[in-house]
Amino acid sequence: MAEVLVLVDHVDGQVKKVTAELLTVARRIGEPAAVWVGDGAESGKAGLAEFGAEKVYVASSELNDYVVAPKAELLAKLAQEKSAAAILVSATPENKEVAGRAAVKLGSGVLTDVVDVTAEAVAEHSIFGGATIAHARVRTGVPVVAVRPNSIPAEPATGAAAEETVSVEVSDAAKGAKVVERVAQEKGDRPELTEAAVVVSGGRGVGSEDFTVVEQLADALGAAVGASRAAVDAGWYPNQFQVGQTGKTVSPNLYVALGISGAIQHRAGMQTSKNIVAVNKDPEAPIFELADYGVVGDLHTVAPQLTEEINKRK
Amino acid sequence: MNIVVLVKQVPDTATERKLSDADNTLDRAASDGVINELDEYAIEEALQLKEKHGGEVTVLTMGPDQATDSIRKALSMGADKAVFVNDDALHGSDALQTAYALAQALGTIEYDLVVLGSESTDARTGVVGAALAEYLGLPQLTFAGKVDVDGGAVRIQRQTDYGYDVVEAQMPAVVSVVEKINEPRYPSFKLIMQAKKKPVDKKSAADAGIDTGKVGLANATTETVDFAAAPPRAAGTIVTDEGDGGAKIADFLSEKKFV
Repeated sequence: MAEVLVLVDHVDGQVKKVTAELLTVARRIGEPAAVWVGDGAESGKAGLAEFGAEKVYVASSELNDYVVAPKAELLAKLAQEKSAAAILVSATPENKEVAGRAAVKLGSGVLTDVVDVTAEAVAEHSIFGGATIAHARVRTGVPVVAVRPNSIPAEPATGAAAEETVSVEVSDAAKGAKVVERVAQEKGDRPELTEAAVVVSGGRGVGSEDFTVVEQLADALGAAVGASRAAVDAGWYPNQFQVGQTGKTVSPNLYVALGISGAIQHRAGMQTSKNIVAVNKDPEAPIFELADYGVVGDLHTVAPQLTEEINKRK
Repeated sequence: MNIVVLVKQVPDTATERKLSDADNTLDRAASDGVINELDEYAIEEALQLKEKHGGEVTVLTMGPDQATDSIRKALSMGADKAVFVNDDALHGSDALQTAYALAQALGTIEYDLVVLGSESTDARTGVVGAALAEYLGLPQLTFAGKVDVDGGAVRIQRQTDYGYDVVEAQMPAVVSVVEKINEPRYPSFKLIMQAKKKPVDKKSAADAGIDTGKVGLANATTETVDFAAAPPRAAGTIVTDEGDGGAKIADFLSEKKFV
């Protein structure tokens, strides 16, 4: 069976959930082979074996010193050497770029932000803010596919996870954009927004930069915090937490929208969430068209009560 | 310093957007065309860089006839001139073909920086900037929340999940911007009037050095096989808060096993 390359997302040796999802998809197409860039493969390998990775290709952390291009070189090289059936990456902004460059190198095509993939590598897209479902395939060369996190449930399977070190000579062209500093901003203990199983978002209705009411509910649910564009534009919450058309796309099991009207630009970023709960003062707010459960009321009284109830029932 | 800003016309998000039953490409007649929102931030950034460092700002657009509206918008914000690649042979080109075509067209223009929005609001692939850098063999400075030019070097803050990376390159380079970077200006009446007289150099695919055997629907690297309206979500339960709204949501969450 041909190998399917899966670019691993990891933080400090911990494999991210989306990688398990990708390995699950890879098994439909062929034999999953994980591609690990940087340190920590030794500790992360077990997590890959649990989801059926037969091989783990490990490449030097030097690739991370430059933006995107070295990883694309690595994937393209491996795809050619191993005659891979497909390349799968998570649909993060960076990995979509890696996918695009790898596809150019391979003379193939790229599909991004897909929500499902068949054994024949036909991909499903949720487009136009979730209004349309489209299926697409790559016509030339090795399909390169970027899958939206939380779209496909990870299913365990046993794999050998045989480690193989790959040496890559990063080309001069790929060294053009050098990372000279990494700056971490406030993060806290909350899960990462696009990976989180539960997301609690606040919008215009929050009314000020005091997002405590949103954060407390998020913490009670073990959720990530998101914000609508209105809240971000008002300067109430940092940009990297914006959900919607010009921000992040999330697809959690549960999405709680507090004081968010649900304009199409916001829906584009959360419409594929499995369960949606909304609280809004305006009974006409479009978010209620999407909500599985909605309360017409003031989030400043409803959300604290909900937080208290959750903490009581734990 | 000469800057080329890439501008795309997209269907207005606020209108109903559709694919065409004829060939599964975007139905451009179904909705109003507008300038891609993030491209306004790209234009603004280019104008600010020009104001600091001098030079010219050229708009480069590839698209159908109606894309001239977006070119006018860009010129009325203050860009100096435009190159409009307009050819039926380009219809149906996917993201990578678009990057190829733009790379070829850039070969006919002199520039130090190429600036674009980090993604378009219609296809939202987010790969064109990276693929363009790949085709041009130029440094990729994408997802910039801040851009600084110093002599021949350009430095950006690349937005990440944890904050940002500071990334450096020598020009020429490809820069894509996120909306955090600035606040786009509104065109003044004077600029709108001036824009009407600014040169728009219309080029066919051949004029732009594009091999028509590599672009268009027939040569696309990807293919939309089919599409359909998404099934509507089942109607939910909507209640009015009577002092127990929070408790009622907790009941719903318990039922769904989230609590």
